[in-house]
Amino acid sequence: MSFIKLLIISSFLLLATPGQAQQVEVVKFPALQKRLSQPNDTTYVVNFWATWCGPCIKELPYFEQANKTYAGQKVKVLLVSLDYASQLDKKVKPFVQKRGLKSEVLLLNETDPNTWLGKVDDNWSGAIPFTLMLNNKKQKRAGFEQEFTQAELTAQLTKFLR
Amino acid sequence: MKKLTSFFVLCFGLVLLSAFVRPSGGYQVGDTATDFKLKNVDGKLMSLADNKAAKGFIVVFTCNTCPYAQAYESRIIDLHKKFAPQGYPVVAINPNDPAVAPGDSFEKMQARATSKKYPFPYLLDETQNVAQTYGATRTPHLYVLTRHGNALKVAYIGAIDDNSEEPTAVKTKYVENALTDIMAGKPAATNSTKAVGCTIKWKKA
Repeated sequence: MSFIKLLIISSFLLLATPGQAQQVEVVKFPALQKRLSQPNDTTYVVNFWATWCGPCIKELPYFEQANKTYAGQKVKVLLVSLDYASQLDKKVKPFVQKRGLKSEVLLLNETDPNTWLGKVDDNWSGAIPFTLMLNNKKQKRAGFEQEFTQAELTAQLTKFLR
Repeated sequence: MKKLTSFFVLCFGLVLLSAFVRPSGGYQVGDTATDFKLKNVDGKLMSLADNKAAKGFIVVFTCNTCPYAQAYESRIIDLHKKFAPQGYPVVAINPNDPAVAPGDSFEKMQARATSKKYPFPYLLDETQNVAQTYGATRTPHLYVLTRHGNALKVAYIGAIDDNSEEPTAVKTKYVENALTDIMAGKPAATNSTKAVGCTIKWKKA
């Protein structure tokens, strides 16, 4: 990669994250999509959740555990909050701090799910929690519109990484 | 004779195919909706067939406890107020198992329907069979049914509008647009949309 290219990318990264305070970045869907379409060998485990969603909160520790287990490997856990952007400071940031979440947390700031849900997974009806596992280099993608137990998540992730 | 045989083979093939095309169950637009008999908050059993005058129904799976259902509650009431006089009343169904979501018990449903002055029936899907038959996955999850003789057909599935948080910021009223098309005798231009919602609290096996 040329130096110029590197410079452009790094300056873009710097510019793209000015709103990042207290480790919750607010993104629009195209930014998330771009992030998830890089042609690298990283397996993304993307969990869509919200502070108001009981089953989501219940399974968050399992994703935190996966984040820990696969640290140093090409596995990236992304927790994408579907809370309203207006709740960022009131609900989301305090929640993330209180729980001491270590995985990267994003807040997806989109008002109309009909415009983006199908682009994440055609079979996703919109119930959360929803989890997407994907690896672009291996051209693998799997969506789960369900709540996981720890054992189920471990099993599915192990299977996906095989 | 040969023609007839190939016709039967074709029919058999189609039946076989249709069995494979839709393995997950649940309605698609165009399907015929089966009726049900569920307990309303007034204690009486209710069926869609009880209302023969209706041109159709706005069937919405919703509940007391889901924040998205709460966000849409007054908009569901408004839908009924606007469309019931035009022949399309709302029928609300709570599909959640109270053992999993205690806030969605029949008594709590009665309390909510009273305090919020629901102008429509609020039914409990105790066996969860109706939600399963319809293919509902979340609350709120909405189906518009239209009458074709004695049959009711699914004409729209999905979201109420494009902004759950802020009713004043809504740009596209998906259900209202669909109903406007339907009442003009046309199929809904947009007959299926996706929305975020809470998972239905299914009974633990």
